[in-house]
Parts: sequence; structure tokens; C-alpha cells
Amino acid sequence: MYACLYVPDPSDAVRAALRACAEHFSPLIEESAPGLIVFDARGLGRLHADGHALAQAIARDAATIAGARVCVAPDPHVAMTAARGRVGITVVQSGEEAAALAPLKIDLLSPSEELAETLAAWGIGILGQLAALPQHGISERLGAEGLALWRMARGSLSRPLVPESEPVSFSARFELEHPLELLEPLSFLLARLLNDVCSRLAAHGLAANEIRVVLRLETGSDFERSIRLPFASRDAQAFLKLLQLDLSAHPPSAPILAVCVAAEPAEPRRVQTGLFVPVAPDAEKLELTLARLGAIVGAENVGSPELPDSHRPGAFRMMKFIVNDSAAPTFNNTRQQLAIRLCRPPLPAQVITEHGRPRRLMARDIRGDITAFAGPWRTSGEWWRPDFWARDEWDVELAGGGLYRIYRTATATPEWFVEGNYD
Amino acid sequence: MSHPLLVRYLRSETQLQDRLSHSYISTKVAEFDAALQGFPRGAITELTGPASSGRTSVFQCFLAAATSEGEYCALIDASNTFDPHSAAAAGADLKRLLWVRCGGNPEHAMQCTDRLIHAGGWGVVLLDLGDIPAHVVRRIPISWWYRFRRAVENTPTAVVVIEREPFVRACASMAVEMPPAHVVWSGSHPDFRILHGTVGQLRPKKPVRSAAPSFKTRALA
Repeated sequence: MYACLYVPDPSDAVRAALRACAEHFSPLIEESAPGLIVFDARGLGRLHADGHALAQAIARDAATIAGARVCVAPDPHVAMTAARGRVGITVVQSGEEAAALAPLKIDLLSPSEELAETLAAWGIGILGQLAALPQHGISERLGAEGLALWRMARGSLSRPLVPESEPVSFSARFELEHPLELLEPLSFLLARLLNDVCSRLAAHGLAANEIRVVLRLETGSDFERSIRLPFASRDAQAFLKLLQLDLSAHPPSAPILAVCVAAEPAEPRRVQTGLFVPVAPDAEKLELTLARLGAIVGAENVGSPELPDSHRPGAFRMMKFIVNDSAAPTFNNTRQQLAIRLCRPPLPAQVITEHGRPRRLMARDIRGDITAFAGPWRTSGEWWRPDFWARDEWDVELAGGGLYRIYRTATATPEWFVEGNYD
Repeated sequence: MSHPLLVRYLRSETQLQDRLSHSYISTKVAEFDAALQGFPRGAITELTGPASSGRTSVFQCFLAAATSEGEYCALIDASNTFDPHSAAAAGADLKRLLWVRCGGNPEHAMQCTDRLIHAGGWGVVLLDLGDIPAHVVRRIPISWWYRFRRAVENTPTAVVVIEREPFVRACASMAVEMPPAHVVWSGSHPDFRILHGTVGQLRPKKPVRSAAPSFKTRALA
């Protein structure tokens, strides 16, 4: 059983009053048009003996709303159509839908302009006339739209209620009686709040790709940290570990008075792996591993190198390492490439030259006569920036073994450096 | 009389060795693969040699081969010497490479390697100690290597350690030594030459019965 409340041309206050009235009876409410509210009244049979009693109860509740129409029907669509077409209280019993809708105008079903013209030309103005037509004839002449309209006119086109859901909050807060100074007891609170948030996410079939923690400090300020993942997860343990690592790296500056954990909901991750695909690090475990590596060597030293669009020697960017499902490039190198091991930063060196040719190299841990060399190769770029580069490079082989790339800065006071050794 | 537990242990070790012997990751270095099949999975491989011996060229070629097979690789760079441009030129897919820069701290490098091996899921874990002085690497407790060996066995991960001198020793299933490479210059004039490449030599030290006593690789600039 469904009930419908309708007020033509309602104001905002009337709409709110209609909604409040509906909420007295059911939490499952749909406002399909302004002033047209239909709600699920199934399960009210113990309170109200039949549809008439229910309709009377609703009408009493909506007595303060001027012009409110009430309809109780077995189907949401029938309830809405009857409420819009009839004044006062209407009760449609099961099996009487067609009879209840028969005297109502066709316009209530909002047919398309073309269909309305056709029906008008046929002399059909009310739902009863349309319902009396044969189904096959309607289907042949008016198509799918006409058939749907015919079923609506007979009250046989059922549709489910689409209730409006309240926005769900995926956050949890805990107020402390005494200020918390250590991170260890905080982790117990975080575990409890994260479990609460993650179970709420699971109940809604969601996951989170960002977790925010807001700590109210004794100083009155808020201390906020957030963990953003490249995938959605609802693993409370993984979130807790990540937060512990993050908070130990960035501890709050004062004792904590309140803890709030909020999750950004997202669709859960769906992965289809193949039998013959090489193994990849598990996404949740990888995040923990990266966080732990970052705690050891610094987060800026862990990642995937990316080559920028620049000719600057040794330029690279550290990007966050993520496991992606992109296809691996095909290996088409037919020759082994000579690699270089870079000195970061470049080693200052002294080079003895004869007629512009390098003859001896001296740097930290590197010393020897140059037996063969190639160069100089001039390279320069980004002259418009303060950190432009201009230098002459040589590849040099030392008498005691070792093949190095050295360079001299092309500045007013040239300096020599060892950039790296070929290995 | 042999103890039954010892017999069982030796049998399981033999079975493990047999299984591992059939699982290698190709280096795509033709000479290397012909002689040693590649780097073994579930075991530690030691690649030793001085500067300019060709170690880095071999491991970058291996990196390119592994990433092209879809493997995810982790490089623990103890001295921040890795050049992504060289690796990209060798054909490595840098998006499949996790680079951990340890800033010259071998203790951090060992801790990071431990974390990565225990996390699992990696095709290749490369530990580059090539520019750490030998007397510093010698101070690393041998228990680290045993820990790595136990953690990596029965996994599809190949662990490769690059050093100046062999330190992993008993814990390595494969050890390859590379003496200084021969540098090849093109051109005959002493002042007008171009670096053509290097010819390196690989001497397998372990397993003892390798197919070839030594073989050469050529890296081109």
C-alpha cells in the first residue's frame, strides 16, 4: 500500500509541511514533483485497519495544509495519478485501479505532444476511454509509448518507489575527558573510529580512497592529516597503519582533546587478474610498504622516476609509485646500452690540460692519467632561467682503469666536475 | 648412519634447488642467457666488479627485460647513482620501477630491501651497493643475507645484489664476477675520437658447473 499527498502549485513552506507529514508515517519518501509526495505505507496495517483508516489518519495529519489531497493505492503510480486527478481523500483498493483512474483526464499521464494530438483526434480525453481500446491496436498504431500509456491508464503499469536517501556521513568523532599526549593511546582510538567508519562503508557497499583525521588540540586549533590512496579500500587495519606512520612522522604540536575520522566514499576496487600475468605487489600492502620506506629514507626518496621534457643532464621527477594495469612495452633493444652511474652531486675535480686536452684527472677517490678521451661536447640550455646550464663534456679513460664523464662549466670561472662513471 | 631429519632436510633442499633451477628471468643479454639462463627466481644473485666493469649495463638491460615481461621491479640505490635516462635508453619501463634512494646509507638500504622482499609481489629486487666502499659493506652482518635468502625462497622474486667485492657468498645461488671492461674508441686520431662502447667479461663463480667458464658482453654508447 502506498500513500500520496498532493498540493497543486505549492510554496516551499507547503512542500516542507507535506514532507514532514509524510515522515510521520514512513521513512521511505519520494517527491516525484513539487508538492507531489508518495511514500511507502506498507506495514502500517497494525496501526490502521484498512486503507480508509490510513487515508483518514493522513488527512488528519495534513489538516493544516490547505488544499492537500490524499490518496492511498496499491501502486505508487496509481496513487500519484489519482491524487492529482481527484480532490479530497481517495482510496483505491486492489483490483479497482482501472475504475478509479477511468474518469481522469489523459493529461495527467503527461503524454508526448504528438501522442496527445493523436488521442485528441481519436476523441479520447479520459483514461477510461484509452483503457477500453484493444492492446494490439494500441501497440500497432501508437508504438511502445502508446502501450505504456495504455497500461498506465489501466493501472497495470507498476513501478517501484524510488525513496530519497539521506546523505550518509562516513565520519566518527570522539571527545576526550583528559588531554591525550602520546600517540600510542591515540592509535586505540583511531582503530575504534576507523572500524566504525569502515563498517559503515561496508554496509553501503562503498570504500574510501581518502581518510582524514582532525585532531582538536589543547591550544584550540585543529591539526589535520589526510591519507590519500590511489585505490579505494575499506581495510581499517591498513588505514590505521598508514595513519600511525603518518602521525609518527608528523606528530601534533599539543595534547589532543578530540579525534575525528572522516572517509571520502568511493566505489570499491574491482580487479580481475589473469592466470598468466606476472605477480604484482598487493595494493594495500604496497601502500604500507611505501609508507614504511618513506619513514626510513624520506618520502621524497621513494617513488617511480619520470623523465621531464628537458635536456638538462640528469633531470628527473619522483612520482608516486602505483601498480597500474597498463600493458608492458615490448623489448626491442638489439644491443646492450652502455650505462652511466651518476655522482649526485657531481664531484668537484681538478683536471690538468695540455693545449686544451685533458691529461690528468684528480677528484675524491679518483686519480689518474687520462689515456684516451673524446670531446669536448658543448651542451647548454634554459638560458632564460637563473639555473641555466652550459658546459663542455669529455669522456675520459684513466690509466689505472675507469671510464668517466667529466665536464667543465662554461662560465667566467670554469670549474671541473666528474659527472659519473660508465659502467 | 644418517639422521632422518638431516636426510629429509637435504632432500627438501635438493628439491628446492631443482625447482629453482627451472625458473629464471631472462636478462636479454644473449651471452648471459646462453651461459646462465638468466637470474634465478627465489634466490639471490651476486654481481661483483669494480667501477667501469659493466655491472650497471648488465643490470639495466635486465631491468628492461624484466619490465617488458610485465614484472614490477624495485631498485634500492644505496648511493643515489641510478640514472633513469640510461635505464630508459636501455628500454626499461620506468613506471614499473620503484626507486628507493638511500643517500649513501647502507643500513637504510638493507632495511628497505628487507621491507620490500617481505612485502612480496616483486619480480625483481635490485640492491645496488656498487659505490659503497668495501670496508663499509663488510660491516653488514651476514645475518641480513641469510634473512633475505630465507624470505625470498619459494617466491617468484629474483634478488640481485651489485657490489665491488663478493659479500653475500654462501647465501647467493649465483655469483658472477666482472673484471674491468675494455673500452672501445672509434677513430684513430688521439684527439678526435668517439666513445664506441665497452667489452665486459663475465666470470660465473657460482654455480660451479656453469656452461661457460667466462664470456664477454658488449655495451655500446
